[in-house]
Amino acid sequence: MKQAARLKDPHTEERQLYWRLLVAYLFMVLMLLLLVARFVWLQVFQYEHFATLAQNNSISLVPVQPNRGLIVDRNGIELARNYASYTLELTPDKIDNLDATIKALGQVVPITPRDLKRFQKFLSESKDFEPVPLRLKMDDVEAARLAANLWRFPGVEVKARLYRDYPYKELTSHVLGYIGRIGPREKDRLAADEKTANYRGATHIGKLGLEAVYEDDLHGQNGFEEIETDSAGRAVRSLRRTAPVHGNTLQLALDIHLQDVADKLFGARRGALVAIDPGSGGVLALLSKPSFDPNLFIDGIDSQSWQSLNSDWQRPLINRAIRGMYPPGSTFKPFMGMAALEAGAITPNEIRPAPGYFTLPGSSHQFRDSNPRGNGSANLAKAIAVSSDTFFYKLAWDMGIDRIHPLLAQFGLGSRTGIDLDGEAVGVLPSKEWKARRFAGTRYRDEHRRWLPADVVSIGIGQGFNTYTPLQMANATAMLANDGKAFHPHLVQKVTDARNGKTRLIEAAPYKQLPFKQQHYDYIKQGMRAVMLPGGTGWRLGQGLQYSMAGKTGTAQVVQIKQGAKYNAGALAEQHRDHSWFIAFAPVEQPKIAVAVIVENAGFGATAAAPIARALFDYYLTGKLPDDIRGQLETFPPSATGKQDASVAR
Amino acid sequence: MQVSLAKRLTRAIMDPLDGWLLALLAGVFVLSMIALFSASNQSWAKIDNKLVYTALSLLIMWLLARLSPQTVMHLALPLYVAGVLLLVGVELFGITVNGSTRWLNVGIARIQPSEIMKIALPMMLAWYFQKYETTLNWRHYVVAAVLIVIPGLLILKQPDLGTATLVMGAGFFALFFAGLSWKIIIGGGVAFLASLPVVWNLMHDYQRKRVLTLIDPMEDPLGAGYHIIQSMIAIGSGGVWGKGWLAGSQTHLDYIPERTTDFIFAVYSEEFGLAGNLLLLALYLGIISRCLLITARAPTLYGRLLAGAITLSFFVYVFVNMGMVAGILPVVGVPLPFMSYGGTATVSLAIGLGMLMGIGKLQRR
Repeated sequence: MKQAARLKDPHTEERQLYWRLLVAYLFMVLMLLLLVARFVWLQVFQYEHFATLAQNNSISLVPVQPNRGLIVDRNGIELARNYASYTLELTPDKIDNLDATIKALGQVVPITPRDLKRFQKFLSESKDFEPVPLRLKMDDVEAARLAANLWRFPGVEVKARLYRDYPYKELTSHVLGYIGRIGPREKDRLAADEKTANYRGATHIGKLGLEAVYEDDLHGQNGFEEIETDSAGRAVRSLRRTAPVHGNTLQLALDIHLQDVADKLFGARRGALVAIDPGSGGVLALLSKPSFDPNLFIDGIDSQSWQSLNSDWQRPLINRAIRGMYPPGSTFKPFMGMAALEAGAITPNEIRPAPGYFTLPGSSHQFRDSNPRGNGSANLAKAIAVSSDTFFYKLAWDMGIDRIHPLLAQFGLGSRTGIDLDGEAVGVLPSKEWKARRFAGTRYRDEHRRWLPADVVSIGIGQGFNTYTPLQMANATAMLANDGKAFHPHLVQKVTDARNGKTRLIEAAPYKQLPFKQQHYDYIKQGMRAVMLPGGTGWRLGQGLQYSMAGKTGTAQVVQIKQGAKYNAGALAEQHRDHSWFIAFAPVEQPKIAVAVIVENAGFGATAAAPIARALFDYYLTGKLPDDIRGQLETFPPSATGKQDASVAR
Repeated sequence: MQVSLAKRLTRAIMDPLDGWLLALLAGVFVLSMIALFSASNQSWAKIDNKLVYTALSLLIMWLLARLSPQTVMHLALPLYVAGVLLLVGVELFGITVNGSTRWLNVGIARIQPSEIMKIALPMMLAWYFQKYETTLNWRHYVVAAVLIVIPGLLILKQPDLGTATLVMGAGFFALFFAGLSWKIIIGGGVAFLASLPVVWNLMHDYQRKRVLTLIDPMEDPLGAGYHIIQSMIAIGSGGVWGKGWLAGSQTHLDYIPERTTDFIFAVYSEEFGLAGNLLLLALYLGIISRCLLITARAPTLYGRLLAGAITLSFFVYVFVNMGMVAGILPVVGVPLPFMSYGGTATVSLAIGLGMLMGIGKLQRR
């Protein structure tokens, strides 16, 4: 052929190729023989060893579960703990007639329809060779009776397990969250994070709250045991064991006594309370009312309980403290005042009129004061103390939204505080850009998106587009109280390593300092203190104080009142009544606690929210309790550590 | 009349194909169906799927076998250039999954350009050496090395060590048959061994973990070592004659990971034992032998280099997969040719073997 003629030296080249083909062939045969040798080694010489490992479908490598880390309050009282109990587990693969077996087991121990329903649900989520629990939390008598009968039921096991328990139920649910069974979604997530190995044999995982956020700390590290089994699959002896590393202990900044007092002060009312230690950013109490029992969720909530929680109009499952967005009402005024001072829109002690209503130039619309007769004239401190609306309408109008927004953003309003809980709401600190974005949808027209001059007026008194979470308000109050030291509020203050007892502190120092003048902090604080003194809106609650207290009342409108109409609580449905707000800190000189309280649909700030804050401060700073709640408080045992052995998990 | 028509039709279909290779492949196919049925927990859906893509692969093989290698050769340069451009595209706009960027969205579908390179690179090199066949000198080997290293580095950067090794390996095989000096091969081997500590430092954590796990699977028996331990238990407990079809406890209790794809050999080995392994190895050895024979008889340099590179790549797939499942090589994602479930891998193997049959057809004329 033509190509052949072009070859330089066909014979040499061909010989070289044959030689190379031979080398390649011999090499490949040799490597395949190496594989054969490996197979002979595994399948002939090591056959006995591997056959034992695989024999009778027994598991030769057993994961040993670590104990989940405890969660304790700042005094060491256990809020989430583990206890050992027995479960009855069935492995569908090893059982011929599942229904008959369950029926027969029902003769030995009681099995309720709820147990059966839960069993069916777990069964559908797991693979056939995985053990599925039928009965949970059996007592010693039931476990013993079953153990004596187990020979009749192949594929049925009684296992000792550690259970999670939240002893204070509703009191801690919005803080701790809960753990639940690992479902298909969690399995996928674990696989994506390459954590499957560490969860082999694990049944539960943190789903909500601190249990979810600190999952990696709480779960610990799997151990494992290599077990030799006989032909019946029974463990003969343990060949090797690597102990698990138990989960780390979380110590909260939260004080469960304070949390309990706050809860009882709320009683049956709806709302939220967040108390922060201004010196550290630690969250002393975080309450959202109403609440729910987290223990219900651990092993799958029954549909009836779920229905009643989920369809309750009071929304007990929503964490109002971090997700509830409310207009701040007049509690916004101290921050607004701070912004005005910093922007130079007003000077301290500059006296201005505070009339009964405010109108924009060239408009007849009346922005009314909550006090129809007005407050005469006032400086900024007095305007805070008497909560003059017209004073702040004017301030906001003078400043304009472009100057208000960046200064208030410094307090963390309108952005997530960074608390160690998932699902925090952002809230709204309005700006021109925000409005354009908010009304960008095709349903809106350009005039909806444009910033109108009047928009800024009601923002000055915490109405209008403003909405914040109680946590944001508490956080901003704490910043004001400690002269601008900013922390990310955190529930956990210390993580103790289970292996070596070493501790890790959560944010020990502030992450930034707000760039405001000290004399402005002092001036605003003076105004907030005056709220609690005669002439201030909270003067009744300032009586008989054993320490100094600064506060601000607020009332957040839920529905708009028509021009010329009067707010009449009695005429409105309960859900449409105003929310009662209060922010406060104490002692003024050296603040130890800052708080934001909102009571939904309870009217004026001074009547519902403020008394809660006052009683809470009394308890926290002096130990004094109101008589009517003393009898309702829970009793908290001192911390009982130890008493947990990994061996029960097997 | 009827009979002769049927006969002619059969001949028309069978003529481009290589009878020996087809028979050996049919043997592997039968074993793979048996293993897949067991590994998939008797899923007819997977069997149906496999039938569909096997038929598709056969069609592609037949089409390529019919084409003259001289025609296909003209695709070498455009295919190579397109492959490199797509790899650059992956680097710039690729889709990242589990920390590595291997996929590219081209509108209709996601493609993995490194797969194209597995065949494009040896084709390119074979074409290049044939073009300069009469004037061959050391400079051409340098150019060839650059042609190998460009896609190699691009794939390494994704990072995908397994595929990079396979692609560069295919290129190296072409170089080897093109007569690369033994001195360079041995010198390169020594340099490679010497550079291992450097490579170790460049490796990602997950790659190091795989190597360490290989040395001692018990280091991390519930994590990285779990797959290897479980597949070794499956193979070892199969013994000489195996546990019997559908009776492998390791398989059916879900201890074997990826058991229809990368680890299907563990399933097969548990149920059919050493005897089954030897049968499968014999079939693979037969395929390799036949392919090398075709290589030896190929009339053009292009044909020899491409056929040789395809053959050795095929062997590497077999060896690396079985070595991994048997615990003597690290876990890399290499399927077992024609055994593992998966259309993409099967089609790309069929493309290689189809070209090889086309080369084989040429000598008989």
